[in-house]
Amino acid sequence: MSELKTKEAFAQSSETIDGNIATINFGPTHPSTHGIFQNVLKVDGEKIISSEQTLGYIHRAFEKLSERRPYNQITPITDRLNYCSSPINNMGWEMTVEKLIGAEIPKRVQYMRVIIMELARIADHLICNSVTGVDAGALTSFFYPFTEREKIYELYEEICGARLTTNIGRIGGFERDFTPAFHTKLQSFLKTFPKAFEEFDSMLARNRIFMDRTKGAGPISAERALAYSFSGPNLRATGVDYDVRAMHPYSSYEDFDFIIPVGVNGDTYDRFMVRQEEIRQSVRIIEQAYKNLPEGSYKADLPDFYLPEKTDVYNNMEALIYHFKIVMGETEIPPGEVYHSVEGGNGELGFYLISDGGRTPYRLQFRRPCFIYYQAYPEMISGMSISDAVLTLSSMNVIAGELDA
Amino acid sequence: MEMLNNEAILNLIQEAFPNDVLFHEEPYGLLTMEVTATKGHEIIHWLKNHEQLSVNYLTNIAGIHYPEDLGREFAVVYQLHSWKNLFRLRLKCYLSKDAIQIATLVDVFDGANWMERETYDFYGIEFVGHPDLRRILNEDSMDYFPMRKEYALEDATREDKDDRYFGRNNL
Repeated sequence: MSELKTKEAFAQSSETIDGNIATINFGPTHPSTHGIFQNVLKVDGEKIISSEQTLGYIHRAFEKLSERRPYNQITPITDRLNYCSSPINNMGWEMTVEKLIGAEIPKRVQYMRVIIMELARIADHLICNSVTGVDAGALTSFFYPFTEREKIYELYEEICGARLTTNIGRIGGFERDFTPAFHTKLQSFLKTFPKAFEEFDSMLARNRIFMDRTKGAGPISAERALAYSFSGPNLRATGVDYDVRAMHPYSSYEDFDFIIPVGVNGDTYDRFMVRQEEIRQSVRIIEQAYKNLPEGSYKADLPDFYLPEKTDVYNNMEALIYHFKIVMGETEIPPGEVYHSVEGGNGELGFYLISDGGRTPYRLQFRRPCFIYYQAYPEMISGMSISDAVLTLSSMNVIAGELDA
Repeated sequence: MEMLNNEAILNLIQEAFPNDVLFHEEPYGLLTMEVTATKGHEIIHWLKNHEQLSVNYLTNIAGIHYPEDLGREFAVVYQLHSWKNLFRLRLKCYLSKDAIQIATLVDVFDGANWMERETYDFYGIEFVGHPDLRRILNEDSMDYFPMRKEYALEDATREDKDDRYFGRNNL
């Protein structure tokens, strides 16, 4: 009986099964692509020789649409980029516009945003990691975290009434302060989540089968990851500690104490572990932000951009004028060129905005992290088996909405 | 080591390329330079390998279309990042619509591959030397470049939504 080969030995061996190369369509609608994109794999037996990606199946021309929409109407477009963590996208966009107009944002708003963004990061990482478990054959670990994710979605609901495509917040702050129900739910979440999360962690993190399946699957070195402009957990899994929250703090991230976990081998297991640790750190950030939540207003003083209270609109001439101007998109925007980036669920999410002073952006480009790092996929799975390719894909957190814009 | 400020960075670049920085500004603190389009590749390669500057990360590549700006209708914007010195940098190369060509960056940053394909897909900017310059998000048989300004989203003859009434006069 021949011995079992390690993943490295399998990748390096030149032995062929029968020398016949088969072509396999992995996707567009394969259950493990978790979205619609295609990989045409050339395989020799189980071993992948090469692969070629096709994308654009759900391209919705966001950048073009943005050139025709007033600034506040672009927030719902950003929902549909990485839809596993829409609030981060929404707030990234709002902060970009605030940077363009030079708005001063109250500390309370910044802390509230941090709380919501970290909740979104937890939801995003939970999905990614539990799905990695599913692709390794562990379905239970997929259902456990969904109870917790549901609680996060209920928290979104308390803020904005929506769950998946949130359109949360406004340019200048929030539509309302945290409600009493939000406070209750957040407190109970902070109390129960860590325990539930450790339970989820214990199912996979030191699970012999899971470790054997994921260690060495789809590795990438730090040098190659940098050449491919990786960012987010995928980059940190290779051992590079780049995190926008720490390198270019926004929304008062410099006030919080958190560590940036890094991996060593850049393989599926490291990506999984980096995300797990980031979830713990996110909980720490939320606890700090919630404990030190400053007093003050939940919105900035920006009458030109922030919709006035409805009672004012009906009773106050000035508020009515502002309301009309904002809704019709006739607010004056300064011409300018601005780049703002946030640490999204899967990497550096950037907004490159050029305003010519018109009602809509002249040009808006989204730096979509997974569009940029997904191009390394063929290199990462070359020499791997098909089942490892599936695991690699799910652990890279490629979100079709963000990939195709 | 003391941190480099934008002025010091600019001086270093201007020393090495005295005739190629055509214009520079600092919108929102981000050093932005217009450089000779034919030198773009060389400058980025130099920036990446420069010991002190060490611009090691390509953040994104964006195309822009300025239809009225005759002779320089297209711009390719490179946003770069130096992690060693923590500064961002924006390089712009303007191209004429008669020769929408610029050297590829794939040999400097592998990640430029799809970014350039996307720019080609939407603006028709040709990246000379690119290993696989095909459309990426749009269908292969498409015969126009949709992000160009001549393709307005709505029927331009609609008078009730004329852009002149909304603050933009020059379309």
